[in-house]
Amino acid sequence: MDWLFIKEYYPLYIRSAVLTITIGVLGIVLSVIVGMICALCRYYKIPLLNGIAAAYTELSRNTPLIVQLFFLFFGLPKVGIVLSPEACGTIGLAFLGGGYMSESFLSGLGSVRKIHLEAAASLGLNGAQTMKSVILPQAASVSTPAVCANVIFLLKETSVFSAVSLADLMYTAKDLIGMYYNTTEALTMLVIAYLIMILPISIVFTLLERRLRHERV
Amino acid sequence: MNEDVVIEVRDLKKVFGENVVINGISLTVKKGETVVLIGPSGCGKSTLLRCLNGLEPIQGGSVLLHGEPVEYGKRSLYRIRQKIGMVFQDYGLFPHMTVLDNIMLAPVKVQKRSKQEVTEEAMSLLERVGLGDKAKSYPSQLSGGQQQRAAIVRSLIVHPDIMLLDEITAALDPEMVHEVLNVVLDLAKNGSTMIIVTHEMAFAEAAADRVILMDGGIIVEENPPEKFFRDPDTERARKFLSTFSYSR
Repeated sequence: MDWLFIKEYYPLYIRSAVLTITIGVLGIVLSVIVGMICALCRYYKIPLLNGIAAAYTELSRNTPLIVQLFFLFFGLPKVGIVLSPEACGTIGLAFLGGGYMSESFLSGLGSVRKIHLEAAASLGLNGAQTMKSVILPQAASVSTPAVCANVIFLLKETSVFSAVSLADLMYTAKDLIGMYYNTTEALTMLVIAYLIMILPISIVFTLLERRLRHERV
Repeated sequence: MNEDVVIEVRDLKKVFGENVVINGISLTVKKGETVVLIGPSGCGKSTLLRCLNGLEPIQGGSVLLHGEPVEYGKRSLYRIRQKIGMVFQDYGLFPHMTVLDNIMLAPVKVQKRSKQEVTEEAMSLLERVGLGDKAKSYPSQLSGGQQQRAAIVRSLIVHPDIMLLDEITAALDPEMVHEVLNVVLDLAKNGSTMIIVTHEMAFAEAAADRVILMDGGIIVEENPPEKFFRDPDTERARKFLSTFSYSR
């Protein structure tokens, strides 16, 4: 192991990790919003929007992120829409994540038992009141594990950003390997960087899920 | 129109696909009256109750609450339903809320009554049904009978003009049946207007002002309990009642 190399280049990893996290967080926040909107359209079976949301969910979940990114980065400019690599990364992640989040939210919404909806209706609650007081709190605890899994999945998916020339962690590692051929050091630092980023989140999510599970019983 | 009439059903029809579940039922319930609906499984009793507060679309006839039509899917339903309390077989308490929060939800969020006033009323109602110490418990911590009593309180606190009780003891152990039905009997004695679907004949006899036997989607017999249980008019009623007695 070339410790001098590691010492020299670890700041590069920190810089690119910041980029990865920024775009990752932004993309995930957007994907939660997109996913929630799609899930509600599908839950209430809003005409037209229901179909669009379902089609979008299938499209986003059944195509690889790298294909989606290539489409945004190389395809759209052909029709006159030029996006920066950062925008491509954020939009791509939101597009992919929105589909997964939509499925997770929808399964939570669908898990609320019919009797609770009828009980709410017979108490005179309107649609919005039922959603806020009866459906969402129950759906949230059911959806949380899947949503947490999605977040971690999406953070890991950011590793393909380098394909659209975003200087993220993966890009930095490949760059260093190309220039200096210190493959072992570059990849070890890459693995550690991802672990440092994702492991704490994973642990927090596990604790959160455990708590929710206890609350439900 | 007669002011005493709380709910009026005119020639109600309810069809599920090819299956005619309610085939022309007319029924009037007056203020303070307790009507008990009995009949074999699948005769349309529960469906009738569900049509009365617009949980099911109907295919003919009408349901009027104080002369106002109860129409499935209409906006007016939210207001009308506050006048109709419903208690279900499976309790339907919201699992993520304490008993007290379950009870306070509708009066505070829907009726916009003051929290303090509602809390006081909720506690006194809980005391009345023997659940004074369970206000802060979650539904999953209660027995079935306790949950059902809490569900009754949840319906009572919105001060409905009529209560619909849909086989509320069908999922309970025999001992719990008793504790729940005592609460209902108490309500009946105190002049609540109720339509009760039940299979508990002894209870029906004690609580009812009027017993209605349904079969095949129609009303077969309608009589005061003394008459119905001792000397029914119809052969169908005699046959139905005989299924509850055993001899060897």
